Amino acid sequence: MKKNKLLAGVTALGLAVLSSSALAQSVDETVNQMFSSATGWFVNFIFSPFPGTSFPWIVAWLVVAATVFTLYFGFIQFRAFKHSISLVKGDYSDPNDAGEVSHFQALATALSGTVGLGNIAGVAVAVGIGGPGATFWMILAGLMGMASKFTECTLGVKYRNEYADGTVSGGPMYYLTKGFAERGLPGGRFLAILFSVFCILGALGGGNMFQANQAHQQISGIVGGYPGWITGLVFAGVVFAVIVGGLKSIARVTEKVVPFMGILYVGAAIVILIMNYDKIGWAFGQIFAGAFTGLGVAGGLVGALIQGFKRAAFSNEAGVGSAAIAHSAVRTKEPITEGFVSLLEPFIDTVVICTMTALVIIITGQLLVDPATGLYLVEGGRIVTEGGTSGVGLTSAAFANAFSWFPYVLAVAVILFAFSTMISWSYYGLKAWTYLFGEGKSKEITFKVIFCIFVVIGAAANLGPVIDFSDAAIFAMAVVNIIGLYCLMPIVKRELNSYLSRLKSGEIKKFK
Amino acid sequence: MSAKYVVACDGSKASGRALKFAIEQAKSSGASLLLVHVLEWSPYSFLTPEEIEERHKRRNEELERAKTALIDPLVESTRAEGVEATSIIRYGHVTETIADIAEKEAAKQIFIGRTGHSNLVKIVFGSVAAAMAQIAPVPCTIVP
Repeated sequence: MKKNKLLAGVTALGLAVLSSSALAQSVDETVNQMFSSATGWFVNFIFSPFPGTSFPWIVAWLVVAATVFTLYFGFIQFRAFKHSISLVKGDYSDPNDAGEVSHFQALATALSGTVGLGNIAGVAVAVGIGGPGATFWMILAGLMGMASKFTECTLGVKYRNEYADGTVSGGPMYYLTKGFAERGLPGGRFLAILFSVFCILGALGGGNMFQANQAHQQISGIVGGYPGWITGLVFAGVVFAVIVGGLKSIARVTEKVVPFMGILYVGAAIVILIMNYDKIGWAFGQIFAGAFTGLGVAGGLVGALIQGFKRAAFSNEAGVGSAAIAHSAVRTKEPITEGFVSLLEPFIDTVVICTMTALVIIITGQLLVDPATGLYLVEGGRIVTEGGTSGVGLTSAAFANAFSWFPYVLAVAVILFAFSTMISWSYYGLKAWTYLFGEGKSKEITFKVIFCIFVVIGAAANLGPVIDFSDAAIFAMAVVNIIGLYCLMPIVKRELNSYLSRLKSGEIKKFK
Repeated sequence: MSAKYVVACDGSKASGRALKFAIEQAKSSGASLLLVHVLEWSPYSFLTPEEIEERHKRRNEELERAKTALIDPLVESTRAEGVEATSIIRYGHVTETIADIAEKEAAKQIFIGRTGHSNLVKIVFGSVAAAMAQIAPVPCTIVP
C-alpha cells in the first residue's frame, strides 16, 4: 500500500519534469521565487560577512577551528604524517584481519566523495578572482584543515553504532549524542538533530543537484545544448541502479575510474609543469608575492585570502562532518588510526590536487597582465583571462594550452567526479535520514527515491537559489559539527596520548 | 612431531586431485595435512560507502560459507582416510598467503593442483600453480 503511494508519487513527479519545456520554464521561475523568499534569510545569514568587511564569518569559523585543533593537538598533521602513510600502506594491519575494510579503502572512498568540482572549477574561481596569491592561502587552509579532519574522524569511529548483524552507522549525529552524554554536556541530541537536517539538505543540494547540474553543463558543452532532464533521467537511472538496485558493478567501475582520473589529472598537470619548468620559480614567486601584497588584484591581500580559504573549505570539507560519516564504517581496534588516515585527505585534495590546478592556470599564462604596470588586468571584480573563461572553462583552457585534447578528458572526469560525489552524499544523507527516522528497509528506500528525484530536478533546472541554499546547508553542518568538536576534543586528546605512548612502548607493533 | 604438508584447496577438481595425492603422501610418511583456503582479497581495491558499511557482515558470511560448504567436509574426508588434518581460511593474495602460511607453520611441503587452462588464459591471468612454484618457501608439488 505504502509502496504504491510512493510509486504514484514518483511517477507524478517524473511526469511533471518530463512535461513541455515551456511549462518547465515557468515551473523553474516559480520554484526559484518561492525558494529564495523562503530561504534567502538563511543563505544570507550563513554567508554574511563580518560587519564592514567582505569576509564571510563561516569561512573564519572553519579556519579558526582548524587553527585551534592544529595547536591543541600540537601540529598533529605534521607529527603523524609519516605514521599515517604507514597505516594506509597496511604496515600495522594484522594479516588475520584481511578481508575487512582496509585503511586504504576507507581513505579512497572518502576521497572520491571530496575530490571533484571543487578541485577543478573551485580553484579556477579562486585564482580568477583572488589572483595567484589565493593559492598560498588555499594551501595553508588545507594544511590546517588536516587537524579538523583528524578530530572529526576519530570521534566518528569512536562513537559509531554497531549492530548485531555486524553493520555500523556513524557520524557527527552519533558522537554529538553519545559523546555529549558521556561528558555530561546538555544539548547533544538537539545538535545531532540539527546536524542531520542540514546534512539531508546538503546531500540533496550540494551533493546532488549541484553535481547533476554541472555534469549536464559539461555534457551539453560538448555535444551541444539539449534539455537537462534527459541528463537528469540518465543520471538518476544510474544512481537508482546503484543505491536502490544494489548494482555494485557500476559503482565499482566508477570507484576504479575515479582514482585513475585523479592520477591522470595530476599526471597531466605535472607534465605541463615539467614542460614549463623554467617558469615554476616565477609561478611560486607570484603566489607568495600575491599572498602578501595582492599584486593589485581586486580586494588585494584580503581578497586573495578569502578566496583561498573559501575554496579550500569547499573542496576538502574539513570540519563539515561528512568525512566522519564515511570513515566511521571502518573496522579498527583504535579509533585514532582512522583519524590519522583521514588527515591525509585534505592534503591530497587541497595541498596536492588544488595546487596543481592553480599552478597550471598560472604557468600557462591564462591570467592577463597589463604590460605597462606588470599588474593583473582586473575587470568587474575578476582578473581578465585569455578568452574570457572562468570556472571549469578556465581550467580547461589552461590544460588545452598544452594538450588540445585535454578538455574532453576533463569533461569525462567532471562527469565521473560528479557521479561519485553523488554516490557518497547519498550515503551521508541516508545516514542522517536513518538517524532521524530510524533504520529500516522502507525508510531507506524512501530517502533513496527522493534522492534520485532530486538528481532529475538538479539537472533539469537552473535553480540558483536552491543551490545557494544547499551550499549554505553544507556549511551549516560545519557550524553544528564544530561546536561538537570543541566540546569533545579532550576525548580525542586522551585517545591520542594513549595511542602514542603505546606506539612508543612497542605495544602497538608493525606487522610488516 | 610429524611433518606438516600444506594443501591449497579452492573446491576445484584440480585441488581435489592435489588433496588426494597429498593424502597418499601423508599416509606413507605419517605427515599431517593443513588445508588452506584463500579468499582472493586486495586491501587496495575500491569499495562504495555501503560496501564498506557491510564489509564486516559479508566477511563473516563468506568465512562461514567457505568453512561449512568447502573446508569442513574436506577435513572430514581426510580424517576418514586416517590422516590428521587441520584447516586455515584466510583472505589475501592467493599464492603469497599460502607461502606465508607454509613458512609460519613450518610446513615441509606445499601441494597445489594445476587447472590446465589454455595458453591464452595463462598469458592473460598467469597460473596460480606456476606462481606458487616461483615463490614457495618450501618444496612445492604441482599436481596435474
